[in-house]
Amino acid sequence: MAAASAVLQSEWTKIRTVSSTVWTLASALLVTVAMSAALCALFKSTFDDLSEVEQATFDPTFASFSGMILGQLAMVVFGVLVVGTEYSSGMIRTSLAAVPQRATFLFSKIAVAGGLALVVGLATSFLSFFLGQALLGEHRTDLGADNVLRAVVGGGLYMGLIAIFSMGVATMLRSSMLSLGILVPFFFLISQILSAVPKAKEVAKYFPDQAGSKIMQVVPDAMGSEKAPYGPWGGLGIMLLWVAVSLLGGYLVLKNRDA
Amino acid sequence: MIEAVGLTKRYGAKTAVYNLSFQVRPGVVTGFLGPNGSGKSTTMRMILGLDRPTAGQVTIGGHPFRQLPNAPRQVGALLDAKAVHGGRSARSHLLSLAQLAGIPAQRVDEVLGVVGLQDVAKRRSKGFSLGMGQRLGIAAALLGDPQVLLFDEPVNGLDPEGILWVRNLMKKLASEGRTVFVSSHLMSEMALTADHLIVIGRGQLLADMSVTDFISANSADFARVRTPGTEPGQREKLTSVLTEAGGQVLSEPDGALRVTGLPLPRISDLAHGADVRLWELSPHQASLEEAYMRMTQGAVDYRSTDDRLAHLQPPVQPGQPGYGMPPQPPVHEVPQQGWYAPPPPGQNPYGGAPQGSYAPAPGPYAPPAAPQPGLPQPSDTPKDAR
Amino acid sequence: MIELEGLTKRYGTKTAVDHLSFQVRPGVVTGFLGPNGAGKSTTMRMMLDLDNPTSGTVRIDGKHYRELAEPLKYIGALLDAKAMHGGRSAYNNLLCLAQSNRIPASRVGEVLDLVGLTPVARKKSKGFSLGMGQRLGIASALLGDPEILMFDEPVNGLDPEGIHWIRNLMKALAAEGRTIFVSSHLMSEMALTADHLIVIGQGKLLADTSMADFIQQNSRSYVRMRSPQQERLRDVLHANGFVVVEAGNGTLEVDGATTEKLGELAAENGLVLHELSAQRASLEEAFMQMTAGAVEYHAHGTDVHSGAAAPGPQWGTTSQGA
Repeated sequence: MAAASAVLQSEWTKIRTVSSTVWTLASALLVTVAMSAALCALFKSTFDDLSEVEQATFDPTFASFSGMILGQLAMVVFGVLVVGTEYSSGMIRTSLAAVPQRATFLFSKIAVAGGLALVVGLATSFLSFFLGQALLGEHRTDLGADNVLRAVVGGGLYMGLIAIFSMGVATMLRSSMLSLGILVPFFFLISQILSAVPKAKEVAKYFPDQAGSKIMQVVPDAMGSEKAPYGPWGGLGIMLLWVAVSLLGGYLVLKNRDA
Repeated sequence: MIEAVGLTKRYGAKTAVYNLSFQVRPGVVTGFLGPNGSGKSTTMRMILGLDRPTAGQVTIGGHPFRQLPNAPRQVGALLDAKAVHGGRSARSHLLSLAQLAGIPAQRVDEVLGVVGLQDVAKRRSKGFSLGMGQRLGIAAALLGDPQVLLFDEPVNGLDPEGILWVRNLMKKLASEGRTVFVSSHLMSEMALTADHLIVIGRGQLLADMSVTDFISANSADFARVRTPGTEPGQREKLTSVLTEAGGQVLSEPDGALRVTGLPLPRISDLAHGADVRLWELSPHQASLEEAYMRMTQGAVDYRSTDDRLAHLQPPVQPGQPGYGMPPQPPVHEVPQQGWYAPPPPGQNPYGGAPQGSYAPAPGPYAPPAAPQPGLPQPSDTPKDAR
Repeated sequence: MIELEGLTKRYGTKTAVDHLSFQVRPGVVTGFLGPNGAGKSTTMRMMLDLDNPTSGTVRIDGKHYRELAEPLKYIGALLDAKAMHGGRSAYNNLLCLAQSNRIPASRVGEVLDLVGLTPVARKKSKGFSLGMGQRLGIASALLGDPEILMFDEPVNGLDPEGIHWIRNLMKALAAEGRTIFVSSHLMSEMALTADHLIVIGQGKLLADTSMADFIQQNSRSYVRMRSPQQERLRDVLHANGFVVVEAGNGTLEVDGATTEKLGELAAENGLVLHELSAQRASLEEAFMQMTAGAVEYHAHGTDVHSGAAAPGPQWGTTSQGA
């Protein structure tokens, strides 16, 4: 079997030698941090205008992650492109001829790209948190407070898992365009819209992004959000399940279909 | 008729085409040859008015392309097989072209039939293979039933049947009195298709002559002579007789003799006189490829060539290709006249290198060599980098 | 050595490759021929384990491809010139391949040098011309210094120098005892490169034979003779039972004889010959003859064989021939 370390090294070279890695990850970080900061500043200046319920359940930690709704899309793009460009460029045939063991190939790629996404995700969540808190003024919290560290680390995990989930989906669909065409509207529109529709929102609660984002809340049901039948770690577990399913699906497609 | 006069194209500091003048006449297939980067595509693009010449001009039937009234009905071109909107069907692609030029829709179905795409006419061209794309491109070129046709690498991606078909199609078009101008890198294909050749190198005209003239001007014809393999003495005897008579004799790998400088009947008479029996006496003409290689040697705008040729090539005196040395019996090995002989084993980068140790040692067939400073860009420069 | 045994691939009801069994032996260049749609590409992809066979096996030096730990060191393949990531430089594209098979990075520079891409090694490969992409693909095939090499249409996009170079490269690699398997549509090119041929049509093996035998079996070969004593020559040939065809210009064409035999015959009879040469059909002719029944027409319409489909104002009617 091809040595996993060799394949990991190869995948690391692949990732660091394409410019899309830099621009997708950089936008994930910058967009999240900038948008979160802007919203935190907005919260501070308009705090008095918020409804009483919202004021009562105001979650300064969660507020400093509010930019992730946009920033996660860059993570989706990163995850999709890491896999999808193998197919769109035809590189997949060269890659598989070099590493015919499909599992070694796929999981090395996921490990490297997923690891990188996690690192960038963590950097993003910590940066967002500190900048957000600085801008929230008297409404701020700090890392030492209950559950705050869990939420901040959880924010990083969330970003990384979104990317890994996208990689699995792209491996199943074997196309960047198709994957982006499904994932971006899903995370940006469908999931958000459904979570506001009665009945549908019962299902939407179990979507990967809805479930996974619970880990970032310090105040349960923060800022008037819906009650969930699971806790923060339960939510992350549901998200992990989604990720596992997408990876398994991706692996089965890669293993059984002609390259 | 296509006529270029003093055609010149510069991209910044690089001169792609310089002072090119030639005519492409109707009624024959004219081949357009040149190494990569020699300016062939640029010239074709200028003929079609896609690029504007820096100086000089090129006309089709007396008019620059852009001033041709209803150009699509006078000139058909296949430049890039994939220059088609992939989402459209083959038929609607052609239909849109036909409508632009005011060609009746019925003609679309005709050309689809001609190129054999009628069965897939309704399919989106995105799923087409290179060969099918090529056929679609040829259909587009034929659409306006034009008198002047340009084809850039027409057999690309076609299978042997397709290649034969394109070859016959071009000959047929020429025989109807049309002007057919074809560029290709496939010398063997060109030799079978073209009647006339225009060869350029580094943007300048190297040759404008018939294929036959081109081959005889750029290579030496020779005779292959074999004596009975059972009697080695006869071979020696014939060699010395032929050498005395002023012929040049070289040895071929299978033991036959390669004789230049003597006509066949004379060889026959000399053999007869020396009482040598012949097992073979056959005339050989060099291939178009050999002739082309000889001609373009100096003009190849190519990083790999000089170095490689230095290894592969026999010491050739200019003007006396291959046979410049005074003949001396012990018979010389045939130099790379055929150019197909592999370089001696053992002199290559892999030869002695044990598995896993990658000794760098470019062999005789290594094409590479850094581009010489001062030379223009490497030939395969990205087309879009211009 | 590559061994195929009963290799079969079906897509739904369509059989692309049908019980294909053959061996590709080391030391010679083996050409792989067949019309479009004959299943050449599918076969080559199955050899590299990119496509899963419906049944049958391919063995590389006795092993399944997936059992090869570092396959690039056994077998190098050029399947598709553009099978590289365009956003990556030529060097980096090769580097990640090299790393995955633990090939030293220094080898990347060597193969780039070998194919003449050193000057553009740091350029993104998406700007490469077809010819440069082809060279990059060839470099990737040579990367692991493998004993087996597969090339699918290697001369595509190369200019005459490049064509000449790759031809000599393949022959030299074969002469070192490597296994070279090359597919091409260019018969004239194949005739110059390959020693052995494997021909398939509609997924089935049509021929597995040496180049010389293939041409001989699938076309007419004859000996052309010219002599100032033509009358006597013809009489001598007739007397010895040879079939002679007069071809004009004072040439005689003799079927079913070797030049050796005819040379001796002429010498015995004191005849002067001005030409005595074996005439062989081209590989293209032989190939056309052999595959005439096995060509798949699905996408090519009916006029493929009608030669030039009589272009002209009346094309529509004349193109339906054959």
